[in-house]
Amino acid sequence: MTPKKAALSQVPKIEKAQIALLERLSNAVAVSGAEGEVRKIVMAEIKDLADDIKVDALGNVLAVKHAKTEPALKVMLAAHMDEVGFMLVDGEDGLYEFETVGGIDARQLPGKPVLVGKDHLPGVIGAKPIHHTTADERRNVIPVDVLRIDVGNENGKKIHAGDRATFATRFQRIGPSLVGKALDNRLGVATLIELLRHSPAHIEFQAAFTVQEEVGLRGARVAAYALNPQLAIALDSTPAGDLPRWDGEESPRYNTKLDAGPAIYVADQGTLSDPRLIQHLLRTAETYGIPCQMRQPGGGGTDAGAIHKQRAGIPVVSVSVPGRYAHTAALVARLDDWQHTLALIFHALQDLTPAILEPDRS
Amino acid sequence: MAELKEFLKKILSLPGLSAYEDPVREVIAEEWQPLVDEISVSRIGSLHGLKRGEAAEPHRRMLLSAHMDGIGMMVTGIEDGLLRFTEIGGIDARILPGTLVTVHGRRELPGYVVQPPAWLLPDDQASGRTVDMKYLFVDTGLRSAEVSDLVRIGDLISFAQSPIDLTSDWVAGHSLDNRASVAAVTACLQELQRIRHTWDVWAVASVQEEEVLGGAFTSPFEIRPDLAVAIDVTFARSPGSPAGYNTFPLGKGATIGWGPNIHPALYESFKTLADRLDMPWHDDLMPRMSGTDAMAIQVVAEGIPCMVLGIPLRYMHTAVEVVSMKDITRTGHLLAQFIAGLDADTMPNLRWDDES
Amino acid sequence: MKSLIKKLVEAVGPSGYEGAVRDLVKAEVGKLADDVRVDALGNLIVRKGNQRSDGLRIMLSAHLDEIGLIVTHVDDKGFVRFTSIGGVYPRTLFGGRVQFLNGSAGVIGGEKIDSADKVHALDKLFIDVGATSKADCPVKIGDLAIFERPMIDLGNRLVAKSMDDRVAVAVLIETLRTLENSPHEIYFVFSTQEEVGTRGATTAAYGIDPDLGLAVDVTATGDTPNGIRMAVKLGGGPAIKVRDAGMLSDPRVVRWMSDTAEAAKIPYQLEILEGGTTDARPIQLTRAGVPVGCLSIPCRYIHSPSEMVDTSDVQNSVRLLTALLSNPIHLK
Repeated sequence: MTPKKAALSQVPKIEKAQIALLERLSNAVAVSGAEGEVRKIVMAEIKDLADDIKVDALGNVLAVKHAKTEPALKVMLAAHMDEVGFMLVDGEDGLYEFETVGGIDARQLPGKPVLVGKDHLPGVIGAKPIHHTTADERRNVIPVDVLRIDVGNENGKKIHAGDRATFATRFQRIGPSLVGKALDNRLGVATLIELLRHSPAHIEFQAAFTVQEEVGLRGARVAAYALNPQLAIALDSTPAGDLPRWDGEESPRYNTKLDAGPAIYVADQGTLSDPRLIQHLLRTAETYGIPCQMRQPGGGGTDAGAIHKQRAGIPVVSVSVPGRYAHTAALVARLDDWQHTLALIFHALQDLTPAILEPDRS
Repeated sequence: MAELKEFLKKILSLPGLSAYEDPVREVIAEEWQPLVDEISVSRIGSLHGLKRGEAAEPHRRMLLSAHMDGIGMMVTGIEDGLLRFTEIGGIDARILPGTLVTVHGRRELPGYVVQPPAWLLPDDQASGRTVDMKYLFVDTGLRSAEVSDLVRIGDLISFAQSPIDLTSDWVAGHSLDNRASVAAVTACLQELQRIRHTWDVWAVASVQEEEVLGGAFTSPFEIRPDLAVAIDVTFARSPGSPAGYNTFPLGKGATIGWGPNIHPALYESFKTLADRLDMPWHDDLMPRMSGTDAMAIQVVAEGIPCMVLGIPLRYMHTAVEVVSMKDITRTGHLLAQFIAGLDADTMPNLRWDDES
Repeated sequence: MKSLIKKLVEAVGPSGYEGAVRDLVKAEVGKLADDVRVDALGNLIVRKGNQRSDGLRIMLSAHLDEIGLIVTHVDDKGFVRFTSIGGVYPRTLFGGRVQFLNGSAGVIGGEKIDSADKVHALDKLFIDVGATSKADCPVKIGDLAIFERPMIDLGNRLVAKSMDDRVAVAVLIETLRTLENSPHEIYFVFSTQEEVGTRGATTAAYGIDPDLGLAVDVTATGDTPNGIRMAVKLGGGPAIKVRDAGMLSDPRVVRWMSDTAEAAKIPYQLEILEGGTTDARPIQLTRAGVPVGCLSIPCRYIHSPSEMVDTSDVQNSVRLLTALLSNPIHLK
């Protein structure tokens, strides 16, 4: 018990500074394909933390911190910087038609405040007054192509088609919870920055802050090719669907549960995680008494889906912080789940050696 | 422009369906031969023309990718001398009944897509609605025994439509998607004969775009360009098509793509250049994917900064697509002038707007 | 060859967990190969021969994995909810028996449905493992299972689960045994994770960097009552794929394969499959591109627990592959 406790004390802690960084990351606007704002924060945070930092042709930030000992395992950790959002496509006088970028349910849009363009101009997505609708009409989803982003006629001159927009929600800490618009996946980005700060000396640490995850895992693909790691871990955020069922019955489907710790992936739409890495994470959690949960196998995916198919194959696993209401105006996550995710990966890296790849994949 | 139009009409008259691009590739190669220093064919059939830059080695490399494959059909079965078929690329079955085609059997056979009467079809294919592709036939006019001798499963069926001069500027025909862009790249190579450029230019007529972006995934892996431009057709405004942000007037200029597939610094450069050349152009907004070779090229190996140029085209994926020659030559000119401006500073200056 | 097929189809190896099947294959091919290795995704890569001046580097690919089920939830009463690994048709499930990788067994039951002619959706089905609570349930979230079904021998026809693609694994092993004196450096790849998106072949092909690729897989047939319209039949010989939903074979490869079959007087059929694809798809797009084709073994009732093949098609597939690989290849 004593060594376990001692080890726990080295775990990087989520404190004021880390939450402040998450707040800045969550409030920044970085719709897939235009990740500049988050990239700028990341670059400033990591400039003294890595030996080699570059921005590649797609806008990924690739940061390598060399191992201090040999032989070192090359480990890639990936967290995507981009978020779902909108692109203005047509309009004038401050009223803009828009398209969604990444998976957004059209039912989440009407009546929401948004931020538009590089200057974060305020805007709203309105809806027809209830007075002008019929009961039948109200049962149907309002399609995206009839909705408009309204920034007002004056600011209309400062923006144009092609600009991006996101939900306007500001980050808040409420009791045990963290609330923000883009915690998918700024939680992963913030975790990766902390891990880079506290990376173990025996690992060749390859941090990839990736782009375009939400439109097809595109950044991770070229990042993994370039870094050519021996194994990889994708850090992401995954939905917690553990709400009550309409009839009060036990629901067999929830994806993950809030307060149950980091979610470890076995199978999703894009990846069958490497069993050697799953076992390593489960062992780590047990050794250090870190709560964790298995994400329910099913759809969805992470950067791991692109990473493991690069070159001659890369063993991968994904770990996510669970969060409710992903891809809407506000995601709710728990500070404890985030802390436990950081602790799990921190210890998993500390205890990782080349021996993990000696047995063949089962 | 008259010569370019003749070349375009020549390649429009040839088949070259996805994975079967040989006939059209040979003619493009012949046209490019005098315009480039080296010509080669990739392992899966893309045509590579290299025009070397004039500067001390090593040269930076610019890739121009225009897919040469076209859509068409393939024989899946023979019943009483009539041919069942499936599509290669995406075809709306509604354009097919009554279309003249060529069946590429042991010899080329003229054929005609026929729609059987409702009483020969299942109930859900009733009169007055669209008949699914799987119930259509191609009739070659030959008797069953002869068809069995000449045609087998997997034989290709291409559109037989010859190119039509609608006006002196507008051309109609099949496979203008994307032979129009092959013509634009050819125009660029022609212009490069007269202007100095320091970068190597790799002109690629790519294969299998319509099916798997086959050429676009593979040729850049071999060439490893520093920059790439995908040239493809885009939607011209036409009767029945949406009048929104994603359709463009025909003959009023090429489009410059904007979205995740495009490097923002390249977008800025092309836009500035088009304005400097006093050339009309339109923003082609691609909020998600571009639907062009750039989707693949951008994520080849360690990633390649990409641009997408579009040539507006009406009636995409029919046998009577329409395009404006002016838009084609403008696209070629824009590419050539962009290449002329590439120098040792281009890559260091290719920055993200958040980089100081 | 029947006993080899029986051994392979009765082994347990859903996508991502092919180790047990791989070990069987390893034992069969060990002595015949010049080199045997396992890559990061678990592909078994078996090299035979060195490239002569008139030879090519060739990748053959038959996948080890089979479709299966994975546990998503165990409820308070010990019932097990699941989702599919690969293309599982819900209509094949109710009343079926499954075997878990950890040795446990179970039967698939379903919730009450409105009418007897409806099929249970996947999320209305569960596995009953004989447990009465979460505590005594022998499986947990993330555990995998396959369909329990021994092979039956109908004489000229064999029926089993996972004929897709173990029958092709058997064809590759037999070809490796038969092949003598080839000018080529041949990589027999027993690939993983095909059923979830041809993932293993993607990385195996990158590692091998072949000049030519051939997938060996099963294909559907159009010869059953009121079945799909398709010009391939059981017992009509190996099928040479022209296209499927995910790939167009290289026409030069199709010509080479059909010319070889004709010269060797091996019956063959030309195949167009309008749904599904094979390992040939990723091989074609590897690196700077690879000419590919696919030799298909006709198979009825694919992705059901009772897939049927014809033994003459299997034997002719071995003959055709052997003929294809025995001489220098000039694609034209």
